[in-house]
Amino acid sequence: MSADSPILAIEGLHLEIRADRRRIPILRGVDLTVTPGEVHGLVGESGAGKSMVGRVVLGIAPLRSRVSGGTVRFDGQEITHLSEGRRRSLMGRGMALIPQDPMTALNPAFRIGDQITEVLRLHMGLDKTAARTRALALLNDVHIRKPERVLRQYPHELSGGMRQRVLIAIAFSCQPKLIIADEPTTALDVTVQRQVLGLIKALQAERGTALLFITHDLGVVAKLCDRITVLHDGRVLEQGAVADVFAAPQHAYTRALMKATPRYDRPGDELQPVPAALTETLNAEALAYDEVRDA
Amino acid sequence: MAELAAARPVWRQAASNWRIRIGGGFLLFLVAVALLAPWIAPHDPIDQDLLMQYLPPVWAEKGEAGFIFGTDNLGRDILSRLIYGARIALIVSVCAALAAGLIGTTLGLLAGYVGGWVDQAISRLVEIWMAFPAVLLSIVLVAVMGTGLHSVIIAIAVIDWTRFCRVVRAETMAQKAQDYVASAVTIGLPSRRILIREILPNVMPLLLVLLTLEMGIAVIVEAILSYVGLSLSSEFPTWGSMIGAGRQYVNQAPWLMVLPIMAVIATVLALNALGDGLKDTLDPVMRK
Repeated sequence: MSADSPILAIEGLHLEIRADRRRIPILRGVDLTVTPGEVHGLVGESGAGKSMVGRVVLGIAPLRSRVSGGTVRFDGQEITHLSEGRRRSLMGRGMALIPQDPMTALNPAFRIGDQITEVLRLHMGLDKTAARTRALALLNDVHIRKPERVLRQYPHELSGGMRQRVLIAIAFSCQPKLIIADEPTTALDVTVQRQVLGLIKALQAERGTALLFITHDLGVVAKLCDRITVLHDGRVLEQGAVADVFAAPQHAYTRALMKATPRYDRPGDELQPVPAALTETLNAEALAYDEVRDA
Repeated sequence: MAELAAARPVWRQAASNWRIRIGGGFLLFLVAVALLAPWIAPHDPIDQDLLMQYLPPVWAEKGEAGFIFGTDNLGRDILSRLIYGARIALIVSVCAALAAGLIGTTLGLLAGYVGGWVDQAISRLVEIWMAFPAVLLSIVLVAVMGTGLHSVIIAIAVIDWTRFCRVVRAETMAQKAQDYVASAVTIGLPSRRILIREILPNVMPLLLVLLTLEMGIAVIVEAILSYVGLSLSSEFPTWGSMIGAGRQYVNQAPWLMVLPIMAVIATVLALNALGDGLKDTLDPVMRK
């Protein structure tokens, strides 16, 4: 496999959710590729379907949803219809998740140490002592002071930032090829956000892990990502290298999003909401897409 | 505040909760009494003494020092019968609550985690089950299986598993929506392991509360079944059969009925207090 062949290739992904006998389209033919070592930003408003893309890839899409078209290939292998067993062996070593809310993403009933070593023993086949040594090293990597102490603590004894560091350690623990970060800093304080973002970027660069970074924050994308995909209502509106897109956004929606994002370097600029006319046009386009598809 | 409180071990918090102290204290006392019954009971509970009928408790007029709580229509010592009755009450409540908990928790976990038609099937079964009047159903069950301790235990378990099932199902659904379950799936843990090793420990505090409450219910149901004569033969003293027998002499010797009723009430109150106390103590720590 050549260096450029994508680690993750999503083509024409279509996802519906069934509700009261109706089928509501959530993703409308999403195309997206992530190459090894790349940081790919997936941006969009609330409800654009960006988290759903990550969930389909990870195999944790909601029960009532159904992939009704398109393919998701991970490392060349189609994964949307994998059996539970095959998918299990892919997880951990293949891909991992940095979840959105560190408050609920750790099991409250177990010590941090047990939760980290569980993954290591499952996927890396380490014994108890080796897993513990590795867990200490991992906590060190995510800049947690007194890792021995943290290993013995329960999640409720840690702050949000600490928990997110632990979750980052778990995500990187089995050296996966792809990590999906689903708004990993949304639930954190602004100052902690910066540190956590820096940490993810540093670990990613050091290990060459591909990263699909899901966020609504264009500022974060500009700083962190190599390429960007703009999603609206389940449709990809614009895609390209971050430098190109930010320098010359092609789609009117991307331009509107940028005007709606505060900038430190131009504090005088007034923020503008996305124009209603544009939203209407986009909605009409989405509906037209559905009609063509249903026909 | 919460962080500080949580830093203390759970058992130390539990020990400082007055409900747990009172409820748990009384229950420990009851367990000790039940275990030590042959040594602490002043008389044989089935030893009849027809010359000593209807003795009132020792504090009443004409009370005898040898019979602290008096005697019944056959001259049997009430205190000794209450002490031996505690054994049966405890055996029934512990076994029945555990059996009901086992059935209900298993089905509740399945319904809450798997969802879909499994959930539909189990939930409808629970609804149909709960439509039967509990006492009537238990009487029918015991009548079919024959009287005896095991029938009483089975009857309570068969009827009351629905309480566990409903609550555990709801809690499992709530836990399943937490990100740690999604994380466990993405880590690649198999479903059975997620259910038993990840979710069940988080349902445990609730289960503990339900178990103590169910023990209280079991004590009452056992008393009802003994009262109508469907529990154990009369040579085994049970609180319910004492109430039933005392009813006939309630005008001449009210204590025959009042004392076992007090025993039932005190036990149920203690179990409920313990359950409430556990709920207060375990909840914030686990939910935090």
